[in-house]
Order: sequence, then structure tokens, then C-alpha cells
Amino acid sequence: MKIGVVTFPGSLDDRDAVRAVGAVGAEAVPLWHGDADLRAVDAVVLPGGFSYGDYLRCGAIARFSPVMEALVPAARGGLPVLGICNGFQVLCESHLLPGALIRNDHRKFSCLDQRLVVENAATAWTSQFEQGQEITIVLKNGEGGFVADDRTLDELEGEGRVVFRYAGDNPNGSYRAIAGITNERGNVVGLMPHPEHCVEPGYGPSLDGLPFFTSVLQAMAQA
Amino acid sequence: MDEVTRSAAHVDTVSRAAQSPDVEQPWLELGLKSDEYERIREILGRRPTSAELAMYSVMWSEHCSYKSSKVHFSLWGENTTDEMRERLLVGIGENAGVVDIGDGWAVTFKAESHNHPSYVEPYQGAATGVGGIVRDIMSMGARPLAVMDPLRFGNLNHPDTLRVLPGVVAGVGGYGNCLGLPNIGGEVVFDDCYQGNPLVNALCVGAMRVEDIHLAKASGVGNKVVLFGAKTGGDGIGGVSVLASETFDEGGPTKRPAVQVGDPFAEKVLIECCLDLYAAHVVDGIQDLGGAGLSCATSELASNGDGGMRVELDRVPLRDASLRPEEILMSESQERMMAVVEPSRLGQFLEITDRWDVEATVLGEVTDGDHLVITWHGEVIVDVPPRSVAHEGPTYHRPLERPAYLDVLHDSTPDSLPRPADAEGLKADLLSLLASPNLCDKSWVTDQYDRYVQGNTALAMPDDAGVVRVDEQTGRGVAISTDCNGRFAKLDPYAGAQLALAEAYRNVATAGAVPLAVTDCLNFGSPEDPGVMWQFREAVRGIAEGCRHLGIPVTGGNVSFYNQTGDTAIHPTPVVGVLGVMDDVARRTPSGWKAPGQVIYLLGRTRDELGGGEWAHALHGHLGGRPPRVDLDAERLLADILVNASRDGLVDAAHDLSDGGLAIALAEATLRYGVGARIWLDAVCERDRIDLFTALFSESAARAVVAVPRSEEVRFTDMCTARGQVHARIGVVDDETDGLDLQGQLTVTLAELRDAHTGTLPAVFGR
Repeated sequence: MKIGVVTFPGSLDDRDAVRAVGAVGAEAVPLWHGDADLRAVDAVVLPGGFSYGDYLRCGAIARFSPVMEALVPAARGGLPVLGICNGFQVLCESHLLPGALIRNDHRKFSCLDQRLVVENAATAWTSQFEQGQEITIVLKNGEGGFVADDRTLDELEGEGRVVFRYAGDNPNGSYRAIAGITNERGNVVGLMPHPEHCVEPGYGPSLDGLPFFTSVLQAMAQA
Repeated sequence: MDEVTRSAAHVDTVSRAAQSPDVEQPWLELGLKSDEYERIREILGRRPTSAELAMYSVMWSEHCSYKSSKVHFSLWGENTTDEMRERLLVGIGENAGVVDIGDGWAVTFKAESHNHPSYVEPYQGAATGVGGIVRDIMSMGARPLAVMDPLRFGNLNHPDTLRVLPGVVAGVGGYGNCLGLPNIGGEVVFDDCYQGNPLVNALCVGAMRVEDIHLAKASGVGNKVVLFGAKTGGDGIGGVSVLASETFDEGGPTKRPAVQVGDPFAEKVLIECCLDLYAAHVVDGIQDLGGAGLSCATSELASNGDGGMRVELDRVPLRDASLRPEEILMSESQERMMAVVEPSRLGQFLEITDRWDVEATVLGEVTDGDHLVITWHGEVIVDVPPRSVAHEGPTYHRPLERPAYLDVLHDSTPDSLPRPADAEGLKADLLSLLASPNLCDKSWVTDQYDRYVQGNTALAMPDDAGVVRVDEQTGRGVAISTDCNGRFAKLDPYAGAQLALAEAYRNVATAGAVPLAVTDCLNFGSPEDPGVMWQFREAVRGIAEGCRHLGIPVTGGNVSFYNQTGDTAIHPTPVVGVLGVMDDVARRTPSGWKAPGQVIYLLGRTRDELGGGEWAHALHGHLGGRPPRVDLDAERLLADILVNASRDGLVDAAHDLSDGGLAIALAEATLRYGVGARIWLDAVCERDRIDLFTALFSESAARAVVAVPRSEEVRFTDMCTARGQVHARIGVVDDETDGLDLQGQLTVTLAELRDAHTGTLPAVFGR
């Protein structure tokens, strides 16, 4: 099983994502932003960071990178893709997922051990969770406020495409406390929290990141 | 300015300088003294060109040349024994010191100040402070692993603190987060003495294989000198001289243009690019561009090497085409590095910089002889012996005098302050102290820093030390803590500096790491004040002799003078950072307890020592008496006990006792995971002949509390007894106790503790 991890200039959590992939026994394949080549991987992680510095809208430049030219059609064709934080922003900018991420309502970067509720345990990246399960995942960003128009929000809710919701206080003003969503097919998942920081005992607040990666292994095995 | 006016005909060349000895030069405006200007003329045998004058002015600034402090640095060497040098791979004088942590790993760490720029322009000042120290670490050949920021501000309720603190914190976070370096600790301290002179110190730690250490030197005639990274702009001109090496005066000119502007994305790309360059072995010598910019990089590389250097300055890529050569030499534009590269490896070097879209320009080469020659469109504008710029600047033997205020302060002991008479009073003092600016919860600040990026963070704030993994296979890693109580140093700079060292040393040990090496960031007032120089000398002596006693070397550091407004200096603030090593950082000890039934022990002896402490400061606005007694033998023993207990699994939590004493340590250990404890202190009071108040609030050094699993209790106490470690069983972790129950005395619920602790900063700065 090969899982690609994309490195954009300014990607920060790419090495962490590689480690997380390794933690579940899969092979991590580095993918370079400048190459329109997915190197025959079975799934892709778009990691966190500040791609190209994010001086424009977050993810707005990464969207136009050569690797995304290859990734967008593959994702539309069913390739499992997980966008974490900046990766989620890239997925929204690429229109693989609806909505957008804006500056946190308190206007600060914040790094928290965040409780989440798993709302959809049927996607390629969440099948190893139980629906309604509460998990703790690191949340760290400056622009994590999920926004979309009411129709889109209703659609996401109605189709069960809200995958994670913040538990407790809404940490950033996300509409309907949405922390992560999926596309119609359930193969593309984007979320602001960082599962790759929750995969090793002794590092990070929990091991709740592991099921993301065991889920996709199972999805790939069934594919 | 167009190309014609920038041409050589209009610049001050060496030949023109030789022919026009009497031209008036702006040495005073550039921060030089008249005798320093005369010395430059003597060295060169003529007047300097305007470019040379610019170089000397920044390199001979206090910030770069250490001209007031370096006569005292012999204390470091005199107090470093051969045994202490054993693990020292690179010592003081390089960009950062390097220590051997075993298994072939070398770790480099250093702290630096960015105080003055951060007051003038908080966001950029703090951001570029992080950027600068990270480049120092990179230039040793290391991958940066983590940063820490010891910060000191004026009164929490002063309106200017509302301007400075949020800007500084956003700058530290904005730069470090975007760079992908976890921020794993530091300090946030408030005191009126820092109102006009906030202290923004930044520490970075990095690691490399021992054989990959790089040094800043230019050798090998014909080797190419390559400038790479960001373009050069007009920011930060004179940052080290007119900004960092002068006192702030009311009504003086605004110094904002002397502050650099940072681009963390460029630095992140530069880090990855440098690591690829090191891995490809295409770098012969390397130096970062920080304070004094190109003036520093060219003169230091040439001075450290065995030849000369020739540089074509007009090849420097510019953001602003109108910059004059002397401005280019002085600019402190960020995210730039300079490498010395063998011609045969230049192609490969440029391929790597291309891959990262990093601009790289060959500026010149290493030459025979011993001169640094810089040309501008073919005309020689600098021709100097590089050592005279970089290493042979002026040295001052400033007068020292023990300040008269000390006797007054020592006489004003805290004994006369009203101590609470009953349990209600003790509880009220505990809660007030827990809510006070220096002891309250700092997550409003630290939550703005990414502590998880890179996935190697094993401990971060609010634990006693930051701990990161270095080796993914074995888990080998390092712990770091920085500490200083400036009030202790004000009362006694020698003891205060040793207490800072002792606290950082103790904090590293509570995490379970063996203390190994020391860095410092010495923040003081004006060296032209004999009282300040005396404080400085005492503090340096304190750290140096303390390190010798503890057997760990100082590997490098930084001096920041002129932290004063008008005649009023800050408290002497010698911030000390201690680095320790652990075989497996996943086994680190956190500073809070969570397992019910574990037994709580107090290690160390408590005396009536409240001078300079938080209780006197926060509740009574009092500073006087003597700081707590320093006992480095006791510190050494305590650290040994803590490290061994951690290694053998005898303790599950360990928290050092410092600011606010036992009361605050118990409250913090309870708040850490929200698990309560029952505490009894009668035996301790009886043994140490103190009352409950003293037991709770005294700040005696060499103490810690630990939580011991019952199954290990006998082994733990046997070890303490065998080693002569003073220990007392003072309580038990109990999840059925809501908060802290001081049996028979008082109870404080978790909610009371939490409300007191967490409300303070949000009340001032918002959610």
C-alpha cells in the first residue's frame, strides 16, 4: 500500500504525515509540488503548513501547482485524498470540497488539544471510527473558520457529509462547528485538525489519529 | 536614483579616500566614538571610505563587538575544566555552541536578544528575532528542532503593554509557526522595570550528525563566495548600532526603519535548501546574515579563514535599486545566507538552490593574502584587513562600582510584610498569587504557538522543560529550560544569576534529562553606568563559577546592553538556558500528577526565604532583603535523584519549586491534569522549623515535588536515604478530592484554582 504525501514549498507537516503513514505499516511516497506525477500511489495526503507562504488566500496558489493537475482528476475518479489543515484549504480552493476557510473569529493562531465528534464513520478515512465517537486531535491554525452558504451547509448536513464537528466550545467560529467534511463519494476528506500529530505514544495528546490511516488501508484493500 | 548616479564615479572609492583625507564623515551619526574613528584611520593609514566607515560602525557596535563585555569573558574559559570540555564539540565564539549528546548526534543551541527592535515594532522585531536565531543554528549545519521565547514585559495593566505584548506574541508565533518549528517553552514575565524596555529573547536548538558540523570560515584560494536567499532591501540599516546599542530617550527620532522585516516562508525554504546543500557536501564554509548583514558575513568569513576575499558588491540582488553601497553593506534584510563553495561543486550547489527557487549569486572568491576587498562596478570601495573589522574591534575596560542602592534594598527585608494569620488568609493569598501576572496561566500566549509541528515534541509548556526527540529510531532527545528571576539578580546579581542557572538545571532534571550544557542571554542596562557594569560582572562570574560547580559548560550566549530608558535600567536579567539529554524522551516526566493513589514527596529543605519572591512582589509590591540561598551541591544531588528516579520509573510526575513556592507548585501540579491531592505539611514544618505560611510561599532553592507510584515508594525512599536527599512524604494524589485539601487546614476546589489561574490574561487581552 502506497500513500503519497505532497510537499509544497512551505509545507510543514509533511514529515509528520510520512511518519503517520509509516505508523500503520503503509509505504509513504513523497510527491513534489512541481511534478504532475502521482507515482502510482493508492491514496494521497495533502499535509499542513503554509504552502507558498499563504500570503494570498491559504491554498490559493498551491491549487495551481503541477501536482494538483494530476491530483484533481484522480480524486474525482475516486482516489482517497486526505487534506489536513492547509491541505483542507487546498482542497476547498481546488473545488474538490465546498466552502472555504477564513481567519479564526478571535483573529489569532491557536494550538489546542481539541475534542471532536465523528459524525460520519463511512468515509475512506473514517471507517475505523464509530459514528458519534468523541476523539481528541491537535488543532492548530490561524485560518480555520469553515464557512459556506446556507444551501451548501444544508446540503452537507443532509447528505451526511459533515465528517467531524467540534465538541465543546467552537474554537474558531466555524459555521455549525464544522471541523471536517467529505465529497459525495466519501473518498476526499478535509479537516482542520491534525491527525498526523496523534499517532505515537509519548508525542501528542492521543492516538486518535491512527484510525484515519488504518481506515484508508482498509478502503484501499477493498478497492 | 538612476544608473548614472549610482555609477562608480559618484561613490567614495579607496583611491578617492586616500586623496581627500579631510572630508567630514558621519561617524558620530553611525554610532562611533571619536577615538574609535581615529583608530579606523590608524588601521587603514587613511580615512575610511564611506563603505568602510559603514562596515566598521556596525561591526564595532556594542551588539556585534561585545566591546564592553568581552574583557569579562575570560571568566568563561577560566571556569571551564577539561572534564567539562569533553562533550563540547564547538565552544564560545562560533555562531552557536555544539555538544555531543551520544550515538553520533551533535546538538547546537543558543539564545539571542531582540529587545530594542521589539519595542519599536513588536511584530517584526519579535519575528525576526526568531528568524535570526534559527539561521545561527542552521549555519552550524544543523536542522533546527525547536524554539523557545523568554519574554519580559512592563506592567500587565499599562496601556503600552497592550501594544507590545500582543504584537510580540503574534510575531513569535507568526514567524515560528510558518517556519514549522515547535515552540516548546520559554517565559512570560511582567515587571514595571521592563515598561520601556521589554525583553524579547529567542532560543533555538538544532541537531546534526557529529561529522556534519559546519563552520563560518572562508578558505581555499579560488573558492566561490555565494550569497543566497532573499534579495537585499533597505530594512534594518543600522539595526545593531543605532538601535540595539543605544539607550532609548524620550522624544528621540523614531527608529522604525532600523527594524528588519521578516518573511518566514522564505526562511522555511532556505532551511530545506540548506539541509539539501549540506547533504550533498557542496558547502565549504557558511555564515548567516543577521546583525550587520553583509558587513558581518564577509568580514567574519574572511577573518576566520586563511586567506583574503574579493567581493563584487554590485552583484548583490536588490529589492530596492536605489540602495547605495554602504546601505547594502549595512542592511539587515532577513533570510539570507553566504556560503563558500569549491568551483567544482558550484554547479551542483546552484542546481539545489534552483530546485528550491532560492536565488543564489556568486559575489566573489577567496583570494591570496589577507585583505577583504569589495568593489562597486569595478572600483575598489573597501580594502581592509578583515580581522580589524570582525575580531579586533575596540575593547573597553568600563569602570565598575557596587551600586549604593544595594544596602538600602538589603535592609528592607520582607519580614515586616503582613503574613496571613489564618487558613482563610492563606487561601486568599494562594488564590491571589495564582492569579498574579507572573504565575497565572499563560495559555493566552502559548496557545498562539505551534508546539506539535515536526511530531517530535514530548513535553512543552506548561511543563517545566521543553523536550524534543532527536533520533526517531532510539528516541534519544533533549530537554531545555530557560529561567531567570530579575528581582533576585537585582538584590544580588551573583546569587541571582546562579539561581537562574540552578532553576533551569533543576527544570531539565525534573523532566528526567541529564543536564549537559548552558547558554545565556544577558540583558542589562547601559554599560556606561558603573553600577550596571558591576551587576554584569557579578552575573557573569555567578554563571561561570556556578557552571564549574555543576560541571556543565557554557557553550555560547548573547549580551544585550542599553536596556534602559533615560537613567533607569531594567533589573539585571541574566536569562540562563540549560540543555539536557535523555536516552528516550517518550519516558519524560510531566510536571502534573494524574494517577490516584500515588504518593507525593517534597524533596529539599525549606527556609524562611521570601526576599525577591513572588509573594512579596505580587501581593505587596515589595522588593528587598536577600534572595534565597544558593546551594549548588544540593542542586546537583537533587538533579541526580530526579534523573535516576525518572529513568528507573520511580516517579510519574515531578515539578520544580520556584516562583511562588510549594503553594504554586502544588496548584500547578493539580491543574495540569485536573486531578486533586490531599496534602499534610505538619512534619515538614516541624522538621524545618517553619510555619505553614513559610512552607507554602518560601522560595528556597533546590526543591521539587514528585509523585511516586506506591509500588515504587520503598525503592524511591531508599534511594533518597542512601544518597542523603532530604525528603518528606507530604501527600497523596486523590481524584476524589476536589482540588487541593491541606488536611486540617484549608481546601481549595479545582474550580477555584482554575478560575484564579486562567482569568488574568484574557481579562486584559480578550478571548
